[in-house]
Amino acid sequence: MAVMADSFSTAEISDGPPAPLPRASMQRAGREIIGLTDDIRGMGAFLLITLSVALAKFNTARTVVRPAIRAQIVRAGLSLLPMMAFLAGALGLVVIGQTVFLLNRYGAEKYAGTVMVTVVVRELGPILAALLVMARVGAANVVELGTARALGEVEALEALGIDPIHYLVVPRVIGLALAVFSLTVYLILFALLSGYLFAFIEQVPLLPGQYFSQLAAALLWQDFVLLALKTLCFGLLIAIVTCYEGLAAPLRLDDVSRATTNAITKCVVGMVLLDAVFILVYLVI
Amino acid sequence: MAEQTSQSQGPLLEAIGASVQRTPSQGVLIADINWQVAAGEYWVVGGPHGCGKSAFLATMAGLLPPAAGVIRHFGRDLSCFPEAESIAQRTRVGFVFKGGGRMFPQLTVAENVALPLRYHHDWTGEEAAEPVQALLEITGLTPLAASAAQTLTTGWQQRVGLARALALEPEVLFLDEPMAGLEAAHRLWWRNFLDQLSRGAPWTRERKITLIAATSDFSLWSGARRHFALLNHGRWQLLGERADIPEMN
Repeated sequence: MAVMADSFSTAEISDGPPAPLPRASMQRAGREIIGLTDDIRGMGAFLLITLSVALAKFNTARTVVRPAIRAQIVRAGLSLLPMMAFLAGALGLVVIGQTVFLLNRYGAEKYAGTVMVTVVVRELGPILAALLVMARVGAANVVELGTARALGEVEALEALGIDPIHYLVVPRVIGLALAVFSLTVYLILFALLSGYLFAFIEQVPLLPGQYFSQLAAALLWQDFVLLALKTLCFGLLIAIVTCYEGLAAPLRLDDVSRATTNAITKCVVGMVLLDAVFILVYLVI
Repeated sequence: MAEQTSQSQGPLLEAIGASVQRTPSQGVLIADINWQVAAGEYWVVGGPHGCGKSAFLATMAGLLPPAAGVIRHFGRDLSCFPEAESIAQRTRVGFVFKGGGRMFPQLTVAENVALPLRYHHDWTGEEAAEPVQALLEITGLTPLAASAAQTLTTGWQQRVGLARALALEPEVLFLDEPMAGLEAAHRLWWRNFLDQLSRGAPWTRERKITLIAATSDFSLWSGARRHFALLNHGRWQLLGERADIPEMN
């Protein structure tokens, strides 16, 4: 602190170039950058290992791994349908209904479809579904895997010749990727319907036929491809980050909560960055 | 297969100048281990708490890499096994962890025992039912088959760990303090059961299983003649084959 105070007072008095950043801040920034680089490298390697195991052992232990994948789809997909319906309803009422209402006020209701596709299909639908899965299933993944690691269950699997990546990670990766994709599709449909319902209640003069024709006209084939890619990537990201944080480093039980917080932070940052990449893709096409 | 037969004529397990460590940051716990285990032998490795018995067993079983030296299973260096062969080798070696056997808490007792069979043979639950039933019966776990593994006491969990390790019919079985903290009845059962495994029993089709157990109390292993070794102050010491070892405690 004394160093910081000195540097600031010197900068205020002299008219020369600004004082250099305090050494401690530079070191901290350096540590953060090195830590971030290590994390990205570690997760990249973890992703590649997981994908290679998933391909190499595609036909191994099907009677064990396929039910595990189904269980993950149920957990991250079907079980979240009620919560997803609630969110979609809220999204429809708050965002879509209001937007249609405003567009109608300014006589721009013919743009409703374009606005809906841009806002709901390309942006809010995928990110909301991914956030829901991350909060309800991603966090649980870190806790489960971190606890399993801390209690030595992972070593027990290895002692039985069972590949922990194949048994614990592959079902979660496939399950979460498919679940985020499916939930997004349902969320978009629910949101668009509930949005129109709100507009209907507000007596906006927009017939259902007109509304859905506008939506259909605004949707391009690229939207379907990119929506599928984006949601699968979100699911993959959540699964890889949470499994990596839970499994990659040896943990004690009291490290599990810290690992969970880290995983959630990294998931959110990763999703925002991934979303930015897809925005660029949309702009290019 | 011919190669396997010829290899199994030598020592089943061999350590040459091996050193043991839990993690690289913690340094070497036991150095310079030279050891050979022949088929059918029954070894008890003793040492005080915290001397590195668990890390020693895990290293000898191939679960941890040695800090130095070579570990050979069935005549082949463990570090040279390709991935596919390494899994095949792994199923020939069983491991029973201490303090409850590290059950999978989300599975029942029967599911815990069935897991390695189902995974390696790609069996359905029904296909695995018969061998699992047999394993539960010989370990006295039949009445607990449908219980959640985590609800059992440590003594019973330890037996589930044993049944699970035996599921793949290993040739070598490592046991990390299997009798530590157990009540007298459980201890007696373990001693008798391990003696049967070592001699060969009808349910192993008279096949002798090589046993390597770690203990911090030699007195639990009195009576029968076994091979003894000691881990103390980072040193590996062979004590020989004798029945009076408990008196050396």
